[in-house]
Amino acid sequence: MREVHVDRIMGALEELFVDANYNLSQNVLDILEGSIEKEESPVGKEVIRELIRNANVARDEHIPICQDTGLAVTFIEVGQDVHIVGGSLSDAVDEGVRRGYEKGYLRKSACHPFSRKNTGDNTPAILHAKIVPGDKVKITVLPKGGGSENYGEVRMLVPSQGKEGMKAFVLEMVTKGGPNPCPPIIVGVGIGGNLETSALLSKEALMEPLGKRNPDQALAALEVELLDAINKSGIGPQGYGGTVTALDVHVKMMPCHIASLPVAVNIQCHAHRIKEMII
Amino acid sequence: MEIRRIKTPLEAGVIEELKVGEKVLLSGSIYTARDAAHKRFMDTLRDGGTLPFDMVNQVIYYCGPSPAPPGKVIGACGPTTSSRMDAYAPKLISLGLKGMIGKGKRSQTVKDAMKQYRAVYFGATGGAGALLSKSVLSSEIIAYEEMGPEAVMRLEVRDMPLFVINDANGNDLYDFGMSEYKR
Repeated sequence: MREVHVDRIMGALEELFVDANYNLSQNVLDILEGSIEKEESPVGKEVIRELIRNANVARDEHIPICQDTGLAVTFIEVGQDVHIVGGSLSDAVDEGVRRGYEKGYLRKSACHPFSRKNTGDNTPAILHAKIVPGDKVKITVLPKGGGSENYGEVRMLVPSQGKEGMKAFVLEMVTKGGPNPCPPIIVGVGIGGNLETSALLSKEALMEPLGKRNPDQALAALEVELLDAINKSGIGPQGYGGTVTALDVHVKMMPCHIASLPVAVNIQCHAHRIKEMII
Repeated sequence: MEIRRIKTPLEAGVIEELKVGEKVLLSGSIYTARDAAHKRFMDTLRDGGTLPFDMVNQVIYYCGPSPAPPGKVIGACGPTTSSRMDAYAPKLISLGLKGMIGKGKRSQTVKDAMKQYRAVYFGATGGAGALLSKSVLSSEIIAYEEMGPEAVMRLEVRDMPLFVINDANGNDLYDFGMSEYKR
């Protein structure tokens, strides 16, 4: 049994949230660069150039990419041969978030649902922990802004609505969001399971690298088809009109109940901040 | 693309000239206020109190910046989604507010108020908070400090890059742009 002290996990969280909020990954930068050519609107092209300049300023002058430094979405895969020692895992995650957001000058956006009183330290983190084979701990952070998260939804479709119903739902959500979730967006679609797993699948879909297609050929084709349909909406960068409304679409699917067809759509803004570490 | 330089307080003559889709560079004082601050404004007005600043000819920026690191006047400071302030904006426009900066569509009620009282709505690029911080010369919290990122701040800006989304004549950039590129 390999022992991993909670302090290492806490330190990783602190580092990852700061890194994610200041340094846009090369994968996102490459896709943004490539989208300038695909964008037909001159205003749209200018917006994408502005986003690349913004990422450069953030990295070089150490200013967060966006002021909405997100809720602290954290995925941890714990190997089943790992023994976590030194305290509670969830406390360590929250402490890492607390330190990262304080020391990194990141905005604290967590608040009470009704009184709207800020919790003051961006905790609690949104923690998803999973037990997997092996003796490693894999941590992925995805600080997620409110503007894009607000345009997601889980819908329990009727099975007869099928694939066409799913596609119509995805397009409805993209159109409903329009300029608000900061296009060019990234769309995560979770299909199947039940209410909560479809939502989780849609979030996990957002964690796939941009440009990478689903290994399942039918789902890969569906991703391409959805991306094409979304980019024909005309919404464009910032919603000012254009041909690049989304940078990518990822779909994840699993079996569901014979009576159900759950579909979840999770929208991510262009400031797609994601970092991971393996301990 | 022709770029017009404008300054606050916004004068009636300038507002009438602004056209939807136009890029402008804004200089002068602007005020940050978002969800919680707007709710406080409404509570204050209901109780017969005085707002933290006089709305006449001023511009509100829907923004909750990240904390300023040492040596910087502000952190990242891009716009937040404006529609959440739609319930409050007509009241402030009726009190003399002439400009709003944010991102995303406004309700018909807000657009009607802008037309009636001759006000404009500007878009700043959402998610370009690092770049936009370069336009801010100074910042000062003037109210609700206890609300953290939702406090009301006075920002001195120079050449802040914006697009006119809704002009005072009821035109909307989102409608124009989307219909042009819809396939």
